[in-house]
Amino acid sequence: MSTGTTKLDVVVSDVAPVNDLVTRFHFRRRDGELLPTFSGGAHVVVEMRDGDRTRLNPYSLMGSPLNTSEYTISVRRDDVGRGGSLFMHRSVKPGLEMVISYPVNLFSLDLRARKHLMLAGGIGITPFMAQTAQLAGSGGNFELHYTCRTASLGTYADILQQRYDRRVKLYHDDRDERIDLDRLLSTQPLGTHLYVCGPAGMINWVRDRAAALGWPSETVHFEHFAAPQPGAPFDVALAVSGKTIRVGSQQSLLEAIEAAGVDPPYLCRGGVCGQCETNVISADGKFIHNDHWLSEEDHRSGCKIMPCVSRFEGKSLVLER
Amino acid sequence: MGITFRKETFRDDYTFRNSPEHIRRFPFPFNEDSYMYAVNIEPHVVGPKGSVLENLIDVDEHYVAEMQDRALVLAEDPLRCQSLPHMTLAGWDLLELLMEQQALGYPEHFTLTRDGDRWRWINRPLGIDDTFTFGDTSTLPYGPMEYITRQSQGDFCILDQRDGNLWMDAGMVTTQADWSLDFDIGMNFFEWHAPVPLAHEKGIFIRALKFLTNIQQGKPARRLNWTMTINPRLDTSPENYHKWGPDRATVTPENVGDKVHLRVELQSFWRLPRSNGIVFPIRCYLIKMDELVTQPKWACRLHRVIRDLPEELATYKGLTRYRPTLVEWLSKLDDGSPTSPGFGPD
Repeated sequence: MSTGTTKLDVVVSDVAPVNDLVTRFHFRRRDGELLPTFSGGAHVVVEMRDGDRTRLNPYSLMGSPLNTSEYTISVRRDDVGRGGSLFMHRSVKPGLEMVISYPVNLFSLDLRARKHLMLAGGIGITPFMAQTAQLAGSGGNFELHYTCRTASLGTYADILQQRYDRRVKLYHDDRDERIDLDRLLSTQPLGTHLYVCGPAGMINWVRDRAAALGWPSETVHFEHFAAPQPGAPFDVALAVSGKTIRVGSQQSLLEAIEAAGVDPPYLCRGGVCGQCETNVISADGKFIHNDHWLSEEDHRSGCKIMPCVSRFEGKSLVLER
Repeated sequence: MGITFRKETFRDDYTFRNSPEHIRRFPFPFNEDSYMYAVNIEPHVVGPKGSVLENLIDVDEHYVAEMQDRALVLAEDPLRCQSLPHMTLAGWDLLELLMEQQALGYPEHFTLTRDGDRWRWINRPLGIDDTFTFGDTSTLPYGPMEYITRQSQGDFCILDQRDGNLWMDAGMVTTQADWSLDFDIGMNFFEWHAPVPLAHEKGIFIRALKFLTNIQQGKPARRLNWTMTINPRLDTSPENYHKWGPDRATVTPENVGDKVHLRVELQSFWRLPRSNGIVFPIRCYLIKMDELVTQPKWACRLHRVIRDLPEELATYKGLTRYRPTLVEWLSKLDDGSPTSPGFGPD
């Protein structure tokens, strides 16, 4: 069966600048109905019609799950990325009709937790906007630690402090404020679950320290959407569909397969969900695996690839697609 | 209009019967003349009018009788319905799903009216008219899962998703084929499937789990499973094995047609929006051999399937004791000619 998500026809109802880097977008359903209910931590994939190419980027829903009259996302502009965020910032205006996916949650709250300890870095705050709203609505116990470069880039920091007061702690890089992570992690009550979303370095740091301090891995949750990295162009043969395609330097392998008219399954487009996993039939060259899905053994075997984030350098590559 | 609900029993005098229309809509699970496991999962989309797939949650002529049987089971053994403390939100998700689907499919029998969090639910077949606050458990006579599953045909397992696995952390299970919620509660996907033979070696469970953890909101999936039961008993639980187990020794060439029932489970899988859990409704359909063989294609095919079933599977499904008697009885209805493709009767 096809494993893409169900689509929603929406209209951009508002575009609001948040700070120098971040813009917020509001979507409503074109037919005026309520949007589907979602849970804190869910994302949607936004389809962008950018000239003759379609970009598909995932963004966390940051509104309250208790309000489904609209969805809101926040997009951080990346001037050296592949262009999706720039398209959102430059070309998406109120009134524009767009298509987004149903919500998908790969960063769900563990509802068994006695306490939810949340660590956010930069734009990694967005899933916590929805999760804190969800927990606050049901009397859940949470504490949020949020690091940002400067006060002016502390996206929604003011709103969060207003809403949750001392349950939110801010750290500003330019004031040399750092989370005292070891102390924080060693003083939590039993039954606490840890959630981290932010840059890869921060996620690795938190996961490493948590492991070193004896946190069971099932109590440590993280979300890192690896954006596909640019790289040298390469050619791929698709054995099932009988096509040979070129993957451009700014294009992901998944996007190139889609552009060739093949409809592979996908969900997160960020190397974490496993949905686009593809068998390698033959390869002569080097894989650049950027995913968080395949095991190290899978990576070493050269038998599987995640086309949403991974690339290839070498003479030839044949995939079962 | 509307369904004519049968007055019938699934115990003691066993008055359960399928009407002729219900025989034709029975979800016969074999699309070829042999059976082996497969991950036979497909999108759960609306099917032909008059079939059990006409609505995504099926309500049929056995509804009222099944709900009465469920109430009897629960009165004897309240542990058939359990929900771990973190699953209450998922229970509300399920309540919304079942009320929406039943009201959508059968407006003459069920009505859901919402005014913000203030909801009114009318269930005419069971004579229920309740107003409650969505999300506030104190406004219902039971927890949300128990409330709605006392009014919905089939068993319901609610699975929590975490650590890349599914955990059976809540459920209403009173019409099961020899497994127990009280035993399985808190287990993960591999633990509760541990007793199933052959499928582990085939890697079926690993693939099935990957599929299930990727089930999306708005895109439910389904599969059929089957076994056989002696007498039309809905409750064939391990807890009551002493009541139904000995029945398997009572099958004779004279009573096969009346006693032996094909038991088909229509299992569907839905992502729940608020809790991000998965609900797994297991809807049980029963048909006795006398009813089934009114469709000659089904008679031929069932004969070949049961005759050729691998020994491990026959043992697992509990058929061993009466399989020769059943095969002999069915063989008289099988002229050996080819059967048409597909599940449906000719």
